[in-house]
Amino acid sequence: MGFSDMFMVVPNAAASVAIWFVVLAVVLYFARQPAHQSIRSFVRILHNALRLAASSIMSAEQMLQARNREVLLAAGREAAERMIEREFERVEAMVHKDLAEYPALQRQVSEEITRIAEDYEKSTNVPPDPPGWSKAVEAVAGIPVKGDPMVGQILQDIHTSLVKAQAKAIEEYRKSSLMRHAVLKRIMPYWQNVQQVLTSVDKNITSVVERSKAIGRYMDEYEEILKKSDKAVRVLSASALSQFFVSALVLCVAIGGAMINFTLIARPMAEMVGGQSLIMGYRTSEIAALVIILVEVSMGLFLMESLRITRLFPVIGALNDKLRVRMIWITFSILLILASVEAGLAFMREILLQDELATSALLRGEGMPAHDTANFVWITTAAQMGMGFILPFALVFVAIPLETFVHSLRAVLGMSGVGVLRGLAMALRFLGNVFRYTGGLLVNLYDLFIFAPLWIEGALKGGSRERHDRDGEAEGPEPMTIREVSA
Amino acid sequence: MNRCAWLVSMMAALLLQGCGEQAPQNRGVYLLMDTSGTYTKELKNAQQLINVILVKLDPGDSFAVGRIDTGSFSEKDIVAKVTFDDRPSQTNQQKRHFRDSVDTFVKSVKSAKFTDISGGVLQAIEYLNEKGNDRKHILIFSDLKEELPNGYVRDIPLQLEGYDVVALNVTKLRSDNVDPREYLDRLEAWQRRVEEGGGKWRVINDMDRLERILGG
Repeated sequence: MGFSDMFMVVPNAAASVAIWFVVLAVVLYFARQPAHQSIRSFVRILHNALRLAASSIMSAEQMLQARNREVLLAAGREAAERMIEREFERVEAMVHKDLAEYPALQRQVSEEITRIAEDYEKSTNVPPDPPGWSKAVEAVAGIPVKGDPMVGQILQDIHTSLVKAQAKAIEEYRKSSLMRHAVLKRIMPYWQNVQQVLTSVDKNITSVVERSKAIGRYMDEYEEILKKSDKAVRVLSASALSQFFVSALVLCVAIGGAMINFTLIARPMAEMVGGQSLIMGYRTSEIAALVIILVEVSMGLFLMESLRITRLFPVIGALNDKLRVRMIWITFSILLILASVEAGLAFMREILLQDELATSALLRGEGMPAHDTANFVWITTAAQMGMGFILPFALVFVAIPLETFVHSLRAVLGMSGVGVLRGLAMALRFLGNVFRYTGGLLVNLYDLFIFAPLWIEGALKGGSRERHDRDGEAEGPEPMTIREVSA
Repeated sequence: MNRCAWLVSMMAALLLQGCGEQAPQNRGVYLLMDTSGTYTKELKNAQQLINVILVKLDPGDSFAVGRIDTGSFSEKDIVAKVTFDDRPSQTNQQKRHFRDSVDTFVKSVKSAKFTDISGGVLQAIEYLNEKGNDRKHILIFSDLKEELPNGYVRDIPLQLEGYDVVALNVTKLRSDNVDPREYLDRLEAWQRRVEEGGGKWRVINDMDRLERILGG
């Protein structure tokens, strides 16, 4: 007995459908209340579960956001401390360098001033003393000649002597003026020295003032961070994002450089470790080349760390200066050796390439390469060797963007996590609401299917109510009880 | 610091994925040269073919050239054989020596009365199985017309699982011109034999496009 046999209550299909519809409608009508309750309970469970999940996700998001805030503030505080520390170091160096010379500078200035004062003293304009006998001569000269030729002669002599004395006095006066001018001229370099010294002092002071302004700015930022203000968090978030993208870009460039480096040394490595042996599915020669590059990057990291340019390894930063300097030299020496090895490998690569080209040409019957081309082979060889030597040193600087990338990655991952959690919570809430309204829709659809029994029920209820109302009107209002009246 | 190590390992993986290439499987190539009858005239082409194959082979690959003569199932019929060294410089030297050996053979070769292709294929299978290469190619440089002396049994099934068999420069004989069905039947018979043995069969007659030989 198949489904169709069960379905076909009567031979006519339409009649069977109608009968089944009526039966189902009646059954569903009687099951209406529990069915409605089930649907409502089910969607309420779903809605509540999703809301609960959304609220737990939101609380997780809050926690993550708080953690991000802490991470950002801690990173910002560290960076600000570092900047302030650096500024203070610069100011200290400046003060140490310039202000240490101030006693000497002061002595120099006072010596110059003393010299200037002495010279100034020397240059004072002293008028020549008038000859003491001039009044006596004047009196004698006033004696009347009275026609005595002798007296006239004497007076003439006196006059001549006076003129001579005058001329001599003028000459001496000129000489002394010349000397004073010479002294004043000698003062000039001293003035210039003093001026230079004072200018340099002024420059140093200005520089210190500028540094102090920068320190003041950093201190303001630092205070904001210490206050844990929203402004500081916003600034630090924006800064972390921009640092992340910039450092990622620089790292991509560095990876490009490392790839070029890899290409330079992977081929000749086959001569050393063989070209066919494999480690984890990759050629040993390629892994060896990669190891060399990674060792170079690691040495670069250690070098930068020892120079205190980066702070990825606190152990290295905490080493005493003597050990640190030793480490600088050791890492630099290893880098130098590796760079030389790479230059050698680059040279080897060119030789291998030429050999392979020559063999291929021989086998293809093309003969040896043209002489003109061979003359310029040294250029590519030298370029490859140069790149092989320089790239390891260039890779040293990967440490700086790497540090920035690592630090900003925490913040960026945190922010992305917050975004994802927020989106998830929103999606769950939306889904919860969808379920809630779907429940209402299902109830309505249920009622739509059993519209006929519902209509009959409504009609019956409506008829009895009408009758009830009519009866009520005829009988008048029911008498109220005493309690109802008093109320 | 852990994050730093993680980043460095990520960079290493990226570099290997970006620059490193998955090492190719090593190849074993056995070339059978027909030295019977008038086909010796084609040996110049065979030399050219050998040079092309040498260019295409890498360190770690194996290559052997065997002759097809009256009885080819013999080590004595291997004209030259080599397994290339891991070091590229050594490989280049080996290629030059191989070329010289083949040149010397071609200059001194004498025409054989019979053509034992099956024996040559059996020898090739034995050699390549012994080498254990990942990919195996048997190249038959012949007109595929087998002529055996009395008493030689060659009706043996060939075990060619994982083999790529390529017939090269299958020239048409005078009788083929009279009745081309002979030529087609010959090719079909060899194809059936190879495919029944589990091998892959190809025919390349265009000697200007020898680069395709080891491509498949």
